[in-house]
Amino acid sequence: MTDGSATRVVLAKLGLDGHDRGLKVVARILRDAGMEVVYLGLRQSPEGVASVVEQEDADVVGISMHNASHMTLAPLMVTALRDLGLATPVVVGGIIPHHDVVTLREAGVAAVLGPGASAVEVVETVRGAAADGGS
Amino acid sequence: MSEGQSRDEARRAWEEAYGAAPLREGPFETMSGVPVDPVYGDPPFPGAYPYTRGVYPSMYRSRLWTMRMFAGFGTADDTNRRFKELLRAGGTGLSTAFDMPTLMGRDSDDRLSRGEVGRAGVAVDTLVDIEDLFEGIDQGAVSTSMTINGPAAIVFAMYIAAAEKRGVPRADLAGTIQNDILKEYQAQKEYIFPPRPSVRLITDMMAFTTAEMPRWHPVSISGYHIREAGSTAAQELAFTLANGFAYVEAAIAAGLDVDAFARRLSFFFNCHIDFFEEIGKLRAARRIWARWMRERYGAKDERSLLCRFHTQTAGVSLTATQPEINIARVAVQALAAALAGTQSLHTDSYDEALALPTDKAVRIALRTQQIVAHETGAANVADPLGGSAYVEWMTDEMERQAEEVFEHLLELGDGSILEGTYEGIDNGYFVGEIADSAYRFEREVNAGRRIIVGVNAFTDGNEDKVDDTLRIDPAVEEYQLRRLANVRSERDAAAVEDALDALSVAATDPVRNLMPPLIEAVRAHATEGEIVSALEAVFGTYVERVVV
Repeated sequence: MTDGSATRVVLAKLGLDGHDRGLKVVARILRDAGMEVVYLGLRQSPEGVASVVEQEDADVVGISMHNASHMTLAPLMVTALRDLGLATPVVVGGIIPHHDVVTLREAGVAAVLGPGASAVEVVETVRGAAADGGS
Repeated sequence: MSEGQSRDEARRAWEEAYGAAPLREGPFETMSGVPVDPVYGDPPFPGAYPYTRGVYPSMYRSRLWTMRMFAGFGTADDTNRRFKELLRAGGTGLSTAFDMPTLMGRDSDDRLSRGEVGRAGVAVDTLVDIEDLFEGIDQGAVSTSMTINGPAAIVFAMYIAAAEKRGVPRADLAGTIQNDILKEYQAQKEYIFPPRPSVRLITDMMAFTTAEMPRWHPVSISGYHIREAGSTAAQELAFTLANGFAYVEAAIAAGLDVDAFARRLSFFFNCHIDFFEEIGKLRAARRIWARWMRERYGAKDERSLLCRFHTQTAGVSLTATQPEINIARVAVQALAAALAGTQSLHTDSYDEALALPTDKAVRIALRTQQIVAHETGAANVADPLGGSAYVEWMTDEMERQAEEVFEHLLELGDGSILEGTYEGIDNGYFVGEIADSAYRFEREVNAGRRIIVGVNAFTDGNEDKVDDTLRIDPAVEEYQLRRLANVRSERDAAAVEDALDALSVAATDPVRNLMPPLIEAVRAHATEGEIVSALEAVFGTYVERVVV
């Protein structure tokens, strides 16, 4: 992406939670901002998402969590990427209590987007993560 | 007003019905002491076809809506303790929330269940969990509501088996199971099998309860999740009622008499923040359901025509910034639900955009609807907004928009709503319409065309953080894994295998009712996940066509 090509983002829901309204809206927001979105949808495993990130050479991974499983699954997402030798930044969105944000950041999550984040915040956060992140 | 009935006759019929109804104590007067009538305006009156103004002639003068707060707790033991507290406090209805793995038909030790066991409800893997959940509770004396869809038949079988093991016959069991699979493909996404075999499981449960369990409500047709996923009010109304028609068509096709089962269907709607639109939507729901049931599906029994519904305030309307102001949003939504004549109501907690709610937030939510019920006077008069030019117009408009959707589905299904619904699921119609509406709304908020207080306007105070949110104990997951391992090691493995084989054989025969072999399988302590796998081998697994 540093060579001027569009930012590539992989979006997925991990685990069993079916709340996909937010992630679908984010997919359209990022697409409207000129990014390339690979939307994996529901019921993905961290390992499966990581292998797509590798194949697609993605700049950012976005996952969306609404069922209080973020403390387990978000760190597993980071680990799955690192296990493949990928430094791809992970952005987490959804219902994330304030007191969990620091722990998630310590676990290697690049950024957390809470409910009510505006389209501008979403785009800037993903761009920022892509600019800072690994590759 | 029924056909051929004059205004006076309609009035007399209503007076007679009202006179026969038991009444609460009242006083039915304003806080200043002005006595008020039970209903005002012109026919048709509440309790009379087409029921726009309410399903009962006396509405809340006989009985207030049921204040049913839905909540989940980690383990079967925790939930059992909470049930007993509720019963001691005079409650008679129990509401069960299951965790995500249970809702998705996965065992607690399944890889995909990591991090979700016991999180947003109780974990159920085997009959042992249901037995512990209802330990010391007379299942014949309570009414139980179970919110589960994809694997509903399995958990229902466990509930029956647990009761019978303790000597409570299935005919004595009362309650409701949500069991509305069509909206899962459209909105909530908690599906397992493809639509047709899933609907077969539902018609099996409708046939089974019609024959053997007269006090059980086998389906609660739910628009709530459709709305939360982003639909408009009219889409929620139309898709929900169409799903109801689809189940009616499926049950009739399975040989059931419409008047034998229709009265046990109930509904579950959202109440969002646009006050008059919501009231119009809910009034229209009653009118449309009554007309279609009578005119299209030939229902004769009056009880088959009644659209009785539970309402929940709109979780999606809650903001994470300045969360305390959500209490005001919930109050407005609760008032709308009451003015629209709901039969029961769950009010959301103000902190739900941040985390699972704390006990205090849940109590405030309950108090909010108690204020509506006991302080505002809203419960004194049935359909108090009926006759308002605006509300009547809005009701007509909601109905008109819903009828357009029904026409589209009938076209897709060659005259069948059921087939049109299958087609709309296959071709992405429902998810596409819902995603379009959600995105349109989001863009309007982002562009500032729509004001959301504390989000895109009036943001002073947004920096205040709420630190008192519920924290989840990770020990729950380990505890449940040990329980499941114990059951697996102690049960008779050959009996489990035989019961699962018998279930698979029954599943291949579309005229066999699957409830009896399901009850046998859970008695042998087959796990929920094993039963799902056995059925998936016959039915297949649903894979969503992704529409973004």
